[in-house]
Amino acid sequence: MKLELKGITKKFGSFVANDHIDLVVEPGQVHSLLGENGAGKSTLMNVLYGLYEPTEGQILIDGKPVDFNGPGDAMAAGIGMVHQHFMLVPVFTVAENIALGNEATKAGGILNLDETRTKIRQISEQYGFQVDPDAVVEDLPVGVQQRAEIIKALVRDAEVLILDEPTAVLTPKETDELLAIIAQLKSDGKSIVFISHKLREVKAVSDLITVIRRGKVVGDADPNASTTDLASMMVGRSVSLSLNKAPAQPGEATFVIDGLTVTAPTGQRVVDNISLQIAQGEILAIAGVQGNGQTELTEAILGLQEHVSGSIRLEGKELVGRGTKEIINSGVGFVPEDRSVEGLVGAFSVAENMILNRYDQAPFAKGLAMKPARVAENAAERIAEFDVRTQSATAAAGTLSGGNQQKVVMARELSRPLKLFIASQPTRGVDVGSIEFLHKRIVSERDRGTPVMIVSTELDEVLELADRIAVLYQGRLMGIVPGNTSRDTLGLMMAGMGAEDAQGTDPARTDPESGDK
Amino acid sequence: MSTAVSTAPEQSTTRAGAVRSWKTPITLAVLAVFALLVFAIGAPGNEVTFRLSDPGDAIVLPPIVVFAPVMGWIGAVIMVAAAALAFVQVRAGRPVPGWLIAVFAVVFVAAFLSWIVGSARTPNVALYGLLAGSVTLAVPLIFGSLSGVLCERSGVINIAIEGQLLFGAFSAAVAGSLSGSAFVGLMAAAVGGVLVSLVLAVFSIKYLVNQVIVGVVLNVLVSGLTGFLFSTVLSADAETWNSPPRLPVISIPFLSDIPIIGPILFEQAIVGYLMYVAVAVIYIGLFHTKWGLRTRAVGEHPKAADTLGVKVNRMRFMNVSLAGVVAGLGGAFFTLVSVSSFGRDMTAGQGYIALAALIFGRWNPIGAFFAALLFGFATNLQYVLSFLGTPVPNQFLAMLPYIVTIFAVAGLVGRSRAPAANGVPYIKG
Repeated sequence: MKLELKGITKKFGSFVANDHIDLVVEPGQVHSLLGENGAGKSTLMNVLYGLYEPTEGQILIDGKPVDFNGPGDAMAAGIGMVHQHFMLVPVFTVAENIALGNEATKAGGILNLDETRTKIRQISEQYGFQVDPDAVVEDLPVGVQQRAEIIKALVRDAEVLILDEPTAVLTPKETDELLAIIAQLKSDGKSIVFISHKLREVKAVSDLITVIRRGKVVGDADPNASTTDLASMMVGRSVSLSLNKAPAQPGEATFVIDGLTVTAPTGQRVVDNISLQIAQGEILAIAGVQGNGQTELTEAILGLQEHVSGSIRLEGKELVGRGTKEIINSGVGFVPEDRSVEGLVGAFSVAENMILNRYDQAPFAKGLAMKPARVAENAAERIAEFDVRTQSATAAAGTLSGGNQQKVVMARELSRPLKLFIASQPTRGVDVGSIEFLHKRIVSERDRGTPVMIVSTELDEVLELADRIAVLYQGRLMGIVPGNTSRDTLGLMMAGMGAEDAQGTDPARTDPESGDK
Repeated sequence: MSTAVSTAPEQSTTRAGAVRSWKTPITLAVLAVFALLVFAIGAPGNEVTFRLSDPGDAIVLPPIVVFAPVMGWIGAVIMVAAAALAFVQVRAGRPVPGWLIAVFAVVFVAAFLSWIVGSARTPNVALYGLLAGSVTLAVPLIFGSLSGVLCERSGVINIAIEGQLLFGAFSAAVAGSLSGSAFVGLMAAAVGGVLVSLVLAVFSIKYLVNQVIVGVVLNVLVSGLTGFLFSTVLSADAETWNSPPRLPVISIPFLSDIPIIGPILFEQAIVGYLMYVAVAVIYIGLFHTKWGLRTRAVGEHPKAADTLGVKVNRMRFMNVSLAGVVAGLGGAFFTLVSVSSFGRDMTAGQGYIALAALIFGRWNPIGAFFAALLFGFATNLQYVLSFLGTPVPNQFLAMLPYIVTIFAVAGLVGRSRAPAANGVPYIKG
C-alpha cells in the first residue's frame, strides 16, 4: 500500500502546526520522521490517523484520495498507530484491549474473547512476542504493553504502521528488540512510519528520513548521513553535539545519602535502601528507565515524600524530617521533572515565577509587603542572562515554549548560591539549541563547586553530563560507575544487572575504579 | 572511599518500613468495646423472640428464642477476638481479610438486635417481616444505584439520581391517575427519568459543564418543579391528578410459600421483579457484552476508545439516557407500590443513599445491589424498632441508615477505585 500526504496543513487557531507537508510512504519501507519536540510530527500523524481533521490538504492511498472522519476510517484503510502514550485501558486485559472497537460477538452481543485470544496467539507466534492475552495491562512492563499496541494494529490488518516516539519509554535492550520487530514487519511487506528525535535510532532503522522543522518539511536525508548533519537539519543551524566539558575537580563529599528507603502507600518500596555521595564540583547522573524510583528519590531529598527512612545529610545537616521550605532555604536548588506542573505556575508572570522560591525573603519582600520593583529588576537580569525568549517579563509563563519555560525554572534555581543542585529531566521536551545552553549552565554550576545531581532517562544526556553514573532499577541502586562507561553496560544495568556483572559481559570494559574517588 | 554500593536484595528485606493502615483494627476495636459494654454488660435480662414465619403461612417454622445476655456475651467475645485478630494481621503487614469484617458485621448486627429487641416493651420481633421489608425499601435504592452504575461506568458523574427518582415518582403518579392504569404510570416514570437524564447529558457531555454542579442543580430543579405542581395542580384536584392505582402484587405459586425467602423473592409488584432482572441484565451487559466493553472503555480511557473508532460521546449519551429509564422505574416504586399518591420531596434523600450504595458497591451492579440491601435493612430496622418501643429515642433510630452509610463508605470501603475518566468530559483533539 502506498500512502501519500499532499499539502497537509493543520492550524490550531493562529498557530500552524503543519504547513503544507508532502510525504510519500512506499510499501515495505521504514520511513522516519525526524524532528524536534514540537516540530509537528505527532500532529501530522494524528491527522493521518483521523484524530485531527486537516485544515487543508489531501491524503491518498494507492493514488486515490481518502477522507477520514475518525480513527475508525483510518483503520479500515489499513493504517495502524502506536501512540507515544499508549492507548490501552489499564484495567482491561490485553485481549479486551485488542477486542475493543472490533469485537467478535456471539448471539445477543455477548463477547467472544476466545476468538481474539486465538488471533493474539497467532500474531505472537509469528513475530515471537510473548504476550499473555489474559494479563491485565497495568501489570505489564511497558515493552510488553507496546507489543500489545502493535498486535492491536496487526489484528486490524494494518498495512502502514505509525510508531510515535516508540523508544521513549524503553530500556536500551527493549529498544533493540523493537528495532528487530520493525525489521521483521518490513520483511512482511508492511510500511513503517517511525517518528523520533533520537538520531541514532533513526539512522539504524530507516530506509529514508524526512526531516521536519517548525511544521515544515526541511528535506529528505539518507540514513547514512552523519549525526551532525542530521542534527543541523533538524535544528536549522549547526550544533555541536558534544559538550567538551573539563574533567571534574571533585572536592569534599558534602551530600551524603545513607540507606534511604521510600515506601509507597501500597507498601511497595519505590526507593530501596539507597546510599550514595556527591562531592563538591561533581555531577552524579541518575540513570534508569522512567518509573524506577527516580521521582521518589528526588522528592524524598526535597521533603516531598511521606514514609521516608534512612538519612540524607547536606554539609552534615540531616534533611530527612525537615519541611520542604527549610530544605530549599538550606541551599538546595531543584528543577522538577515536569516543569509545567511542578516547576512553574503557568498563569503567573515570568517575573513572578523567577522568585517563587524566595518571594517572602529580602530583597523581594519586606515584612508583609512585596517589592515589585526588585522583582522586575531581578527578572530583567535573569532574562538577559539565560536568554529567555519572552515578549516581556510580565507575560504568563505558560505561554512560553518548552525550552524557554525550562530556562525560567533553571534561572530561578541557579540564581542564588547553592549547596546542592538537583535537576530532573533538565532538557526533556526542550529544543536542541536550548539543550546546549542548559547543559553548559549545569556544568558551570558544577565548576563553581556545587554538588550536582542530574536525573535523566535519556542515556545521551547522562553520558554527556555525568562524572559518575548511578543506575536505578526498581528503586534499587544497581551500582555507581564512571562517566565514560559504555552504553551497553549501562543498558544492562538499567535492565536490572549489577554493575560488576554488567561490566563483565561488556567487551569494551572500562575500569570500574577509574571514576571512583 | 568506595561509593560503588551494590544493594543485594537480601539487604532490602530488613525492617519493613511498610505503610500499615490501622484504620480497620481500630474501628473494629472501638465497636467491640462498645458491644462489650452495651450488648453484653448492659444486656436486658430477658428472653428475645425472633419469629421466622407468620402463623398463616403454608410452612410454619418455630421461632428462635434466645436469652439476651447470653447472646450479648457470645457476640462480644467473638467481636473482641475478631478485633484482636485484625490487629495481629496488620502488625504482620497483612491486610485484614474481608471475611473477618463480614463475620464481625453479622455478629454485631445479631448482638445489636438481641439487645435492642430485648430492651423493648415487647421483646418479640418478626424476623421475616424485617427482612422482607428491607428488600422492599431497597428497591428504589437499587434502581438508583444501577442508574449511577450506567452513568459512571461510562464516565459521567450522576448526582442527579435523587432528581431522577423524584421525577419518575411524579410522572408515574400523574400519568397513572390520568390514565387510570398503573402500567401507563410505570412507562411514564421511565420517560420522566429520561427527561432528567437528557438535561444531565446535554449539559455535561455537550456543554462540558461541571457534572457535579449540573447534578445538584437538577435535583433542586426537580424538587422545586414537582413541589410547585404538587401544591398548585395536584393538591387542587387530587382525585384527577394524584390518585394513581397501585401495581398489583404478584405471588408466584409454591415458591412464595418457602419460609423467609419466599415472601422476599416471590411476592412482589412487577417493579420488584424488574429490579432483579435489571441487576442481572446490567451485570451481564457490563462485563460480558460488546456494549459493556465499550462502556467501560469510555469510562476508563476515552481517548483509547476513540482511537479504536468507538464514538465516546455517543456512547455516554446513550448510557446516561438508559440510566434515566432505570432510575425512573425506581421512582415509580414510591407512587405505584409503596403509597398511591405523590408527596412533596417524597424521595427524601434516597437518591443520595443510592449514590453511596453505588460507591460502597464499587461501581458494580451486584455490589450496589447488596449495598442497597444493607441500607434498606437499616431503614427498615428503624421503622420496626420504633414500633416495638425501644429505650433508644426515635430520633437516634432515624439516623441509623445515615450512620450506616457513613461507616460503610468511609470505614469499610477503603480504597475503592472509580472509573478513571469519571467526571472528565471528553474533548476530541
